[in-house]
Amino acid sequence: MLKPLRSSPTRTAAARLRTFATVADPPVRRYGGLKDQDRIFTNAYCRHDHGIKGAKSRGDWHRTKDILLKGDSWIIQQIKDSGLRGRGGAGFPSGLKWSFMNKPNWQADKRPRYLVVNADEGEPGTCKDREILRGDPHKLVEGCLVAGRAMNATAAYIYIRGEFVQEANHLQQAINEAYRDGLIGPNACGSGYSFDVYVHRGAGAYICGEETALIESIEGKQGKPRLKPPFPADVGLFGCPSTVANVETVAVAPTICRRGAPWFAGFGRERNQGTKLFCISGHVNNPCVVEEEMSIPLRELVEKHCGGVRGGWDNLLGIIPGGCSVPVLPIKKCEEVLMDYDSLKDAQSGLGTGAVIVMDKSTDIIAAIARFSSFYKHESCGQCTPCREGTTWMMNMMNRMVEGRGHRREIDMLLELTKQVEGRTICALGDAAAWPIQGLMRHFRPEVEARIDAFRLKHGNVAFGGRLASEVDDTLAVPDNLGVRLPVEAPGTV
Amino acid sequence: MLRIVAASRPSSVPLLAVASARSSLLSVPASHSSPPDRRNIASTSARQADITLTVDGREVTVPQGSALIQACEAAGSPVPRFCYHDRLAIAGNCRMCLVEVARSPKPVASCAAPAMQGATVFTNTPLVHEAREGVMEFLLANHPLDCPICDQGGECDLQDQSIRYGSDRTRFHEIAGKRAVSNKDLGPLVKTSMNRCIQCTRCVRFANEVAGVEELGTTGRGNDLQIGMYVEKMMDSELSGNVIDLCPVGALTSKPYAFHARPWELKTTESIDVLDALGSNIRVDSRGVQVMRVQPRTNDDVNEEWISDKTRYAYDGLRFQRLTTPLVKGPDNRFVAASWPDALAAIATGLARTGAKGNEIKAVAGHLADTEALVVLKDLVNRLGSDNLASDLAGKRGDSPPVHGIDVRSNYSFNSTIAGVENADAILLVGTNPRHEAAVLNSRIRKSWLHTELVVGMVGERADTTYGYEHLGEDAKALEAFLTGRVKGDFAERWAKAERPMIVVGSAMVEHADSEAVFGMLARYVAVSGNRIVREDWNGFNVLQRVASRPALYEIGFVPSRAAASIKPKFIYLLNADEVDPSSIPSDAFVVYQGHHGDRGAALADVCLPGAAYTEKGSTWVNTEGRSQLARAAVPPPGAAREDWKIVRALAEVLGTDLPYDDLVGVRDRMWAISPSLVRWEGLEGTSLEVAKAGLQSLSAIGKNKPSGAKMGLAVSNFYQTDVVSRASVTMAQCTRAFVTREKDGLNGLGKAPLQAHA
Repeated sequence: MLKPLRSSPTRTAAARLRTFATVADPPVRRYGGLKDQDRIFTNAYCRHDHGIKGAKSRGDWHRTKDILLKGDSWIIQQIKDSGLRGRGGAGFPSGLKWSFMNKPNWQADKRPRYLVVNADEGEPGTCKDREILRGDPHKLVEGCLVAGRAMNATAAYIYIRGEFVQEANHLQQAINEAYRDGLIGPNACGSGYSFDVYVHRGAGAYICGEETALIESIEGKQGKPRLKPPFPADVGLFGCPSTVANVETVAVAPTICRRGAPWFAGFGRERNQGTKLFCISGHVNNPCVVEEEMSIPLRELVEKHCGGVRGGWDNLLGIIPGGCSVPVLPIKKCEEVLMDYDSLKDAQSGLGTGAVIVMDKSTDIIAAIARFSSFYKHESCGQCTPCREGTTWMMNMMNRMVEGRGHRREIDMLLELTKQVEGRTICALGDAAAWPIQGLMRHFRPEVEARIDAFRLKHGNVAFGGRLASEVDDTLAVPDNLGVRLPVEAPGTV
Repeated sequence: MLRIVAASRPSSVPLLAVASARSSLLSVPASHSSPPDRRNIASTSARQADITLTVDGREVTVPQGSALIQACEAAGSPVPRFCYHDRLAIAGNCRMCLVEVARSPKPVASCAAPAMQGATVFTNTPLVHEAREGVMEFLLANHPLDCPICDQGGECDLQDQSIRYGSDRTRFHEIAGKRAVSNKDLGPLVKTSMNRCIQCTRCVRFANEVAGVEELGTTGRGNDLQIGMYVEKMMDSELSGNVIDLCPVGALTSKPYAFHARPWELKTTESIDVLDALGSNIRVDSRGVQVMRVQPRTNDDVNEEWISDKTRYAYDGLRFQRLTTPLVKGPDNRFVAASWPDALAAIATGLARTGAKGNEIKAVAGHLADTEALVVLKDLVNRLGSDNLASDLAGKRGDSPPVHGIDVRSNYSFNSTIAGVENADAILLVGTNPRHEAAVLNSRIRKSWLHTELVVGMVGERADTTYGYEHLGEDAKALEAFLTGRVKGDFAERWAKAERPMIVVGSAMVEHADSEAVFGMLARYVAVSGNRIVREDWNGFNVLQRVASRPALYEIGFVPSRAAASIKPKFIYLLNADEVDPSSIPSDAFVVYQGHHGDRGAALADVCLPGAAYTEKGSTWVNTEGRSQLARAAVPPPGAAREDWKIVRALAEVLGTDLPYDDLVGVRDRMWAISPSLVRWEGLEGTSLEVAKAGLQSLSAIGKNKPSGAKMGLAVSNFYQTDVVSRASVTMAQCTRAFVTREKDGLNGLGKAPLQAHA
């Protein structure tokens, strides 16, 4: 089969088989190259005034009252039509999620209803919400009001990461200004709708970014994820119907309502529409946070906005395309994938938060993934067994793999452990801890094996668990399942 | 009230005769129509819909709202679990109970998932097996494999389930090793070995939900998650021992029982606890002639699955201070061991020497006297022509008939039933602290207080009850003010609107200076409030007994007649009576003590007869509700000690008095003749509405004088030492030091429990 040209979408391959000259190929749509007038976050770099005056000059709070007066179902329909998917990582369609709050006969439920905004941005590599909070806090506050109106919420709680000091100050300033101007609070924007916004600062736990753990944390309890069902839309914050949404998701809502769903849906591929903030870090010449069209090719994203990989594209080892919880992609895949939910899923990775971590050939990829394992070990809440015990075990094994202190068979065992954690836990942290290791072994297994072989050459046989065979006292009873006397496999076999 | 015993032996009398005798015993009403059968429309709760689902190909129907694990259980597919427990909140954190549900991509934690109509569940697929094996591997990764030296060995859930569901060999060889966790000091009862903890949080949930020890929780996160109090503190609760049963591994074990026995060495006997009046169902585990431990038995009507620490740990008192041989006081005022014939002959001589006649012969029943012995002793004393049947109530109150009378059972019983506490919406405690008088009942009140809108008011001395209450005063005057509506407040408002109000009068009120006033004003209040408190489906007037023998005492009429109350006794027979006031015993009287411990009663006696303790005899006990339950002998009585009713029967023989029974069946026939409910074990026969109202009617005539206003003190000042068994117990003495006098507590120098923590 013909190999599609670099960066041309694969779906045109089928059309190419047609032979009649009268049927023209559909025009090849190329993504990327977002124009300045289409940017939503116009002050992401905080070069202008982040206060209300600057925000209004950039178009925020423009006729918000009219949006509110259109009513909840209109806003939700706009969001549904825009194709917006949650920007926090899971990519659940936002319009659908918000509509869960407005069940038939919801007015009969007299409980208060809350919008909870997840600004606990803790995923390593991710720094997009931070820029929004710092430069465009009014977008978020206005987003709270619009999203809150859509789900008929009485108040919004913004749970902001404790380490974000300046960001929390800017956000609080924005809220104060909005209150002063009557944009939120009783009779927000003069629409007759009352809405409050509160800021709650976290205390530095990654797990509090999980929606139910975040709710627990706001309630003043230990940040440990809750069992689902019941889902937050039924029993959430303080036992009331709640919806937890990412900062970016909420912040783009007013612009979508203002500029229309078709405008937003015009970006990106089907089911992956919109614009997105990408955070590119690592071995690029110019690490940056940039708003781009969804479905932009990964290579184009790196080369256009970041000045390319350090030492040229060929110096690339691999890219983690969506924050530390998604599997790494080798250079080959990096050339093909588009930055959207579906393309990265097909490549056995994920868009996650859009945090692109670029690693060139100077990287010790095993050490890099082992560092992630330490992170998950440190951040596991310890509530459920597979995650509590599994993250520690995986970390210990990964730390040995960095050295090569192990047995080749342990690679498969490690993979099996990741499978024992994945999908067995209360929240997604278990999955997030398992996937980077799976990605490493999927694409970089030869390097791991080479490291093990090198260690063996130098130190002799290594038992399962990392003890050197030379350290094992043969005069004592040695369990036969320790692999001490297992024959050394030649490199490249097994 | 003297009952004439038929001359012929009742064991040979057909039941018909007994039945006719019963009909004449109007004083002991027994209603055969249990109230729940006659529900009126208003009280019928909505029937929950049932749902049907398929588990492993079997269709099963469960009530709506059941967890999936319950549906699997109902379908006969066992699901392994560690964190899930029927009586605790769901945590869903052990992940052992994963099952496969059709159309679900991931395995589902069956304890946390609701059973859904039409769901198809599999508990026996490769995916489920693999998931269980994986979780088991993770649990064992940080669990010390020290089963041979672990006290839980042989009854360990982790051990059992790893055999059943785990892998047959380990893959865990990490040189980083296993987690090490420092042990916590939870007091003299619960031993911790926190290395073994699998963080199921059952103990945390029990402490928070049931026991009311809200300090216990988890600290740290991830692999460093620890169970503990953070600030080092002991687990100050009457129910702390239950966490040992709940712990699925050997992390929390019993300190007094540590390394004493293995479960497979033990003989198990199902029995009844007698150290309070609840009649908690227990399991006595014994090895040879020794009771090794006591554990709870499930009975939803009485103790659910919990027992108090006194019930669980006072058993070592059964080994110390025991009377093992009859003792006769010699001329030098010292006890000399004697044979049974000599001891009984000495009593006969003593009785003849004092010349006691009629009511000068006095019997005193104590806390731990069983029903059989009481019946036989009463028959004997009656045959000797006496009606002087006293008990050891405080303040010599036992020498006269009790204030509430004994003619109507509902006047001295816990009529709402223990399980009925959960239906109450307002509780008024009068002169009682249920936490110390009936610890397990107290946990029910707490449960209800946590999960429903229950409000509690208290008249009496303030105490930490583990639930919030409104304190209304400390004396009968405050009670009168409340009942006459002169007290305003949240509780008074809610009480006035309550549909199922409950009055709980402590047994100490019978011994109180204002006892007549209290019972009188309460009876009049109940009468005035029409059918609000006492009606067909609800009897909210309760007396909470705290002594195991008392309900039976009143049931069989073991009370002095008014004539006997003023007589100076010459011959006194103390049956387990250790709380008796020494000043009530004339110095020239001849005193016999029958019991199992050499305690206060034995010190007063001229002759001691060694009886059997509650674990050593098959005997009947009536709890505070009037529920008759059968305790069984787990071990033989020590030395020459004998079952109590046999001793009295033998004494009757020596005294030349004929009692119409020779064996236990005969004694129980006699009990049937007195009150059939005594031998209808496990059943509870409520008092019918008419009789209950008549009983309250008779009470409302008393106590019309102004109350004196004496303070209502606490009936139990030291929960851990209330009777001869717990006073002889080393463990209970340690608990007293740790929790009551706080001698070990260096940090908290206050010396007193924080009484007003919940008030």
